Amino acid sequence: MGIILTITVIMAGIGLFFGLVLAAANKKFAVEMNPLIHVVEDILPKGQCGACGFAGCAAYAEAVVLDPKVEPNLCIPGKKVIADEVARLTGKAAAEIEPRFAFVKCAEPMSTAKKKYIYDGINDCTAAFILQNGPKVCEYGCIGLGNCVRACVFDAIELNDQGLPLVNKDKCTGCGACATACPKGVIAMINPDAPVAIYCNSNEKGAQVRKNCKIACIGCGICGKQCPHGAIKMVNNLAVVDSAVCLEKCTEIVCLEKCPTNAIKTYKIPPLEKAEAV
Amino acid sequence: MSEYLLLFMGAVVINNFVLTRFLGLCIFFGVSKNYDASAGMGMAVTAVITLSSIFAWLAYNYILLPLNVTFLTTIVFVLLIASFVQLLEMAVKKYTPNLHKMWGIYLLLIATNCVVLGVPLINVESGFNLAKSVVNAFGSGVGFALAIVLMASCREKLRLANVPKSLDGLGVAFIIAGCLALSFLGFSGMIK
Repeated sequence: MGIILTITVIMAGIGLFFGLVLAAANKKFAVEMNPLIHVVEDILPKGQCGACGFAGCAAYAEAVVLDPKVEPNLCIPGKKVIADEVARLTGKAAAEIEPRFAFVKCAEPMSTAKKKYIYDGINDCTAAFILQNGPKVCEYGCIGLGNCVRACVFDAIELNDQGLPLVNKDKCTGCGACATACPKGVIAMINPDAPVAIYCNSNEKGAQVRKNCKIACIGCGICGKQCPHGAIKMVNNLAVVDSAVCLEKCTEIVCLEKCPTNAIKTYKIPPLEKAEAV
Repeated sequence: MSEYLLLFMGAVVINNFVLTRFLGLCIFFGVSKNYDASAGMGMAVTAVITLSSIFAWLAYNYILLPLNVTFLTTIVFVLLIASFVQLLEMAVKKYTPNLHKMWGIYLLLIATNCVVLGVPLINVESGFNLAKSVVNAFGSGVGFALAIVLMASCREKLRLANVPKSLDGLGVAFIIAGCLALSFLGFSGMIK
């Protein structure tokens, strides 16, 4: 009986001692923290994607609460709902958040593209890129080894059966992690409501482009001449669509028909509200 | 002096806690996916083991031994280490916010880890004095850090490899751990 009493006393004593020490330490080492930080952190999507430019959701929550210069609309995956909520909580002016989606500026899959050599190395775009800018004859096109797929924390990209990245419009949050991961820079973040997009990334001259790929933009500029609003410009032998002008002024799409290679196509994604309702 | 050096080297490579005694495997596999995280974890474990072995030694020699209740060693050490890690977390958060950012969750993750419990227990069983306990604990921590950093480096390279689907992830990690353990077996018998 005595031993049980001893054990009880010892354990209770040690427990009490540590309990008191911890309680005292909690007071002594208390760190002043704005409780709002936790509230803001709780409503963020927790993808830890880093699209806001901070190390993670917690870091952004801390910055947006403490630093008056940090905008409340930096969380791109959170979209407008979260931006408004963060703005309300932090008392900052809610700013517009432009919807963005990942768009792959290449339509020629590796399975049918002309190749310089047969790549048989590790399954990584950067590794293939190091070897003579990748196996594709076109220096600008997608190599299809899926760095963007692995970079996406929201599982929004997969490779289709031909080896081209396919962006799931419902899952893509527009964080841009895939665009950073791509060694070719073939992924652009564009407004999902833009009526047309150029399915090509090549800056080479028309004749050379034509040799490399049947469906590339040859930079002829016909689409630009068709557009009455001047929304399409030629930059480095490649048509570039100014989606802001398109969105504002375009009533009838006239630029598609005359394109000799069909490199310009409609790119209409259902608006966000619809996508979320599905 | 050479006795302590041998003890240290023994703890680092010969009796490496992860690779020859198979303790702390949960964090060894859980946090070895990238190099930075594993280095942070290794440092946190080293710090906690070293400091907690001092407290464990004091508790054992000044409370448990005089009262003749050494069968309580394990449970008292668990209590002691858990409380100590909490305390350390608070102190680090208060005084060195940068270190706290780096260690962050790792500190709390190791509160109930078997390496951290195993080292003080082995110290006590081997009858080490305070200095030897600390040297052994520090060596064990460095050994753990070495193992987890080696593992993380291997796994970072592995991400570029074409691993068979059925082995991908944890499966191939276990195979690598086995190979590492096998190579560390080569150190055994160097000091006796």
